[in-house]
Amino acid sequence: MRPAQAGARAALSAAAIAAVAALLLYGFLAAESEKTVGLVLAGAVVVVAGGLRSKVLPRLVRAAGERAVMSALAIAAVALIGVFHDDPFVLLLMARALLVLVACLGLHVQLADAGVPNFAGAAFFGVGGYTAAVLGHGATPHLLVLLASGAVAAAVGSLLLLPLLRTRGHYAALITIAFGLLFRTFLEVNETLGGPQGLKLGGLRLLGLSFNDDREIHGVEISGYAFYCLAAVALALVAVWLVRSVESSWIGVALDAVRLDETAAACFGISIGRWKIAAFTLGNAIIGVAGGLSAMMVGFIAPNNFTFQESLVLVSILLLGGLGNLAGLAVAALIVIWLPEKLQPIQEYRYLLFSVLVVLVLVLRPAGLIRRIARRPFGSLAA
Amino acid sequence: MSEPEALLVCQRLTRHFGGLVALAGLDLQVRRGELLGLIGPNGSGKTTFFNVLTGLFPPTQGEILFAGTSLARATPQATYRAGITRTFQRSRLCLELSIFDNLAIGAHQRLDHGLAFNLLRRRALREQADATATAARDLLEIFDPPLARRLFEPMLGVAMIDRRRVEICRALMSHPRLLLLDEPSAGMTTEETTRLMDDILEVRRRFGDLTIVLIEHEMSVIERVTDRCVVLNYGKKLCEGTFAEVSADAEVRRAYLGLT
Repeated sequence: MRPAQAGARAALSAAAIAAVAALLLYGFLAAESEKTVGLVLAGAVVVVAGGLRSKVLPRLVRAAGERAVMSALAIAAVALIGVFHDDPFVLLLMARALLVLVACLGLHVQLADAGVPNFAGAAFFGVGGYTAAVLGHGATPHLLVLLASGAVAAAVGSLLLLPLLRTRGHYAALITIAFGLLFRTFLEVNETLGGPQGLKLGGLRLLGLSFNDDREIHGVEISGYAFYCLAAVALALVAVWLVRSVESSWIGVALDAVRLDETAAACFGISIGRWKIAAFTLGNAIIGVAGGLSAMMVGFIAPNNFTFQESLVLVSILLLGGLGNLAGLAVAALIVIWLPEKLQPIQEYRYLLFSVLVVLVLVLRPAGLIRRIARRPFGSLAA
Repeated sequence: MSEPEALLVCQRLTRHFGGLVALAGLDLQVRRGELLGLIGPNGSGKTTFFNVLTGLFPPTQGEILFAGTSLARATPQATYRAGITRTFQRSRLCLELSIFDNLAIGAHQRLDHGLAFNLLRRRALREQADATATAARDLLEIFDPPLARRLFEPMLGVAMIDRRRVEICRALMSHPRLLLLDEPSAGMTTEETTRLMDDILEVRRRFGDLTIVLIEHEMSVIERVTDRCVVLNYGKKLCEGTFAEVSADAEVRRAYLGLT
């Protein structure tokens, strides 16, 4: 096949995937009644399961290449933002799902790549949020504030490094749980950070543009949340690029070795501590940036937003989607964040439903909705 | 011959596990370039010797001199960098990963792990990956050409004998000076064992400077491939010499071969 032909095929495959995804997402977001939501969900299950079972979906993904699929999905997301440009509720829903997805990418680096459990995801999300709240009022450019959110989350995470490196598995998980609980208590008694009442934030300002204002462009009313949505799409793209680049490199190989067999890894010169630290720090930084942007969007943060329960939701998204699979992660994030909002009757029972869902998936599909795919060779000899 | 003849010198090497004495003052020398067989009954300390040598369990007492430097307090990572690699009695490959990934783990030392290199200099990274893949393929070719063509396939679908081969290749990827093979023939048929030993002899021919210590229960293998043998019993050296000498030793026959 000539390169031009192959390129066209890749673009078409990516466009097909993104178009179907956009259609399903649109149907779900636009659905008013619970019956419609149910119908769209059933349709989505049929399409995805059918696509996986018939191998059409994997074949399309392979033909398109990961980069093309990501670009097409980003374009689809922007198109959806355009469609819902004046619907703050839907836009907020989209932005939240994207930011939770980014936070889960951080956890993914830690747990799925390096095997370091983190049951304090919400706490690091909170560290990012509080950093944004404290720094956001000053004259610091907000892009720097967001970076600082990540840096502070990573720095706070380094407090846990010593105990984390001395433990494994359940014990390491316990340390992060303890940290998450302590973090919340610390916030509640800390008057400077607003105590239990929390802090208010001004909105995000980038390049002189205030993201909180609705604005009119050529007579079209655009909700401020549309801009947050765009920022979240951009952040998600950067995070996916970062995570995938790390994974398809020698760093990814080293992290896999550490996760799968510490003894063998050590015998081949791989420093267990160094890579666990690297993954934990990178993961927390990603979670922190997502937390910073989220806090700016919501405009208010309080200790109650960063409970252990929220941390569990983040981890359950990872397990639900399939540990190590980014596509599964995205699907799981959408299910967990959107479903309770759209199906109001289940709102009250959402934690119960999550638990049941996670248990069911772990029993019926221990590898998650979509299983881990082996690393694609990053050299050119593989073809 | 200005270089000292012994590549590895272990003096009074001792390792306790609680009350258990796994190594009890082992004195052992490995000569440069030789293939040394390490034999002895189960529990005589052969694998413990490998584990102590590779830094997994620091010795309770004693000294390890490798090419003149002390490795008695070295971490596993430091022993790898010094040029000692090993295989494990029970295969310790990463089954989720591809053959290539497993071999790349063996080449860890020679690969660039910097963040900027891996994230931003993707072209250079690709070149390094290609060079590593070529090296891996060449190595697998020695053992089994069809296996070399499956370089990017997952480890899970690879048969037992090929897993052993990959494990040995992983240990060879960094061009070690000393290769420790812990019962490579375990669980294999006689024919497979014969082929594997042929391959090991071939590797030895190609890597001129390679020194090998081989733990093995199959006496025919020991007889065929080793230059010299050391017999362990209760964590001590019972005797050493060529296989013919060792197998004629009355004490060895009593302790190991069960003969009187």
